[in-house]
Amino acid sequence: MTNNSEIKYFEGFNSPNQMKLQSGQELGPITIAYETFGKLNDSKDNAVLVCHALTGDAHVSGENGWWDFLIGPNKAIDTNKNFVICSNAIGGCKGSTGPSSKDPKTGKPYGLNFPVITIGDMVQAQKALIDELGIAQLKMVLGGSMGGMQAMEWSIMYPKRVKACTVVASASKLSPQALAFDAVSRNAITSDEKWAAGNYAHDEPPEKGLAIARMIGHITYLSNESMNKKFGRKLQKKEDYSYDFSTDFQIESYLKYQGDKFVNRFDANSYLYISKAVDYFDLTKKYGSVEKAFKNTNCKFLVIAISTDWLFSPKQSKDIVKALLKQSKEVTYAQIDSPFGHDAFLIESTQMTSLVQNFLNQVK
Amino acid sequence: MKKQYAKHIIDIIETNSKVLDLGCGNGELLDVLRKEKKATVYGVEIDFDYALSCIKRGISVFQGDIDEGLAEFSSKSYDYVILSQTLQQVKKPQFVISEMLRIGKKAIITFPNFAYWQVRFQLFFKGVSPVTKAIPYEWHNTPNIRVITIKNFKELCEKENISITYETPLFKNLLLRKLIPQKLSNLLLKQGVFIITNQANQGCCKTPDTKKN
Repeated sequence: MTNNSEIKYFEGFNSPNQMKLQSGQELGPITIAYETFGKLNDSKDNAVLVCHALTGDAHVSGENGWWDFLIGPNKAIDTNKNFVICSNAIGGCKGSTGPSSKDPKTGKPYGLNFPVITIGDMVQAQKALIDELGIAQLKMVLGGSMGGMQAMEWSIMYPKRVKACTVVASASKLSPQALAFDAVSRNAITSDEKWAAGNYAHDEPPEKGLAIARMIGHITYLSNESMNKKFGRKLQKKEDYSYDFSTDFQIESYLKYQGDKFVNRFDANSYLYISKAVDYFDLTKKYGSVEKAFKNTNCKFLVIAISTDWLFSPKQSKDIVKALLKQSKEVTYAQIDSPFGHDAFLIESTQMTSLVQNFLNQVK
Repeated sequence: MKKQYAKHIIDIIETNSKVLDLGCGNGELLDVLRKEKKATVYGVEIDFDYALSCIKRGISVFQGDIDEGLAEFSSKSYDYVILSQTLQQVKKPQFVISEMLRIGKKAIITFPNFAYWQVRFQLFFKGVSPVTKAIPYEWHNTPNIRVITIKNFKELCEKENISITYETPLFKNLLLRKLIPQKLSNLLLKQGVFIITNQANQGCCKTPDTKKN
């Protein structure tokens, strides 16, 4: 049984030992949903922690696993040799404690009573899970996009617990452009009447707002080039314009499909909280400078950027590398050549595989 | 191709040096320096597959274009910055050289000498674009975009106030070295191998000594 992908739950931070959040608030008890793949060896030194992106979950490998091309038996992160852990971030809605979970104080969903969390808080929660699993040091922590932010925080907050850190299509902070898109996305949700200040019923979510938020997200995950290639100005199942306000273009249809699909699998309040956590992530603000942030890190780094990613640009990745080099840390920088924009880290299997596999093989 | 000329560089570099190789290819030279000279090594390479080969060897590498600058590297953060057999391929050689001298205490530059007698011979007598061991390409498939000679390089250094602290001697034999002037290197050497430093920088390092006296 090498690919034992069954969801498990870790409970922690029971009163009075609640989590101290970056905001100063407290949270607890919490549940963390996670999956593991492969077997933890006797010396417990083959554990790889994978951190998911904005709307991801713990199901990283196996059927419909979001990074299945990268992780599994005989893949880049070979689960015949490595023990892979992936947990749902707190604030999420895939089994870990988030705004849709029951507030133990009221017995009702937290809603907006859920405290605003940060990437650092997500990492602090994950660390409790890693403690629970008895893992003293992770062989590697790896993540793309928001997952990359978590990976960086791991190397910074728990330097002795990480041997190698792989950061894919990420940044030390979002660009104002990315903040703007997030703000509009959240606006779409909070402007939906059904949102009801976060107190919507489980079966009556603000679907329209959430779908629009997802549509905006998808625009930022693609590149101009890939949109051109994939859709161009082609019309969706029609010969000519309809001269009304129904869906005309294929790109419209694609976004609509993505939006509609998303509302069935994601919670609107979670979207608000998690996108806020990504917005707040700023190594300069938290540690003084990116350079200072990495000062005490104790692992080797692999930083991967995507040529056409404008949401998390290669320049932003290079800034991370620059800071690491200034601190004389071991860092490799590689750029994936792809037309797919930010999404490429979930698409470019060959380049991703070769980079991660060879890097991981050198982690002794 | 690089291998046969790497020996010069390996001999030059002192043990425990911190070395940056620009255009490091598959990391072969850095690997040798790491093993034989206990050097702390780092590579810059534009090509994804070459960069991957470096990762395979466990050599950290920065995948990037040296013509775009090396802003990621701090000033004087390396003992040696190497540009081996690449100068003839860069778009902005003066810029690259100045970056090397900013990042490294010393820079090692090697390039095929286009004034080597065999090259001259082929062009002069055969009337064809020369192909030699050092310049193994045909005119239509060469990655080389510049024709550099040892004389050219020295002239550039003089103009830019760069001091040459080492150049490959014509002969190992000391007697021959005395008999045949080094000036002939432009005609007799296939390769230019130089160590250069910033003159201004050298001046600053000498100052404390004079003060002591």
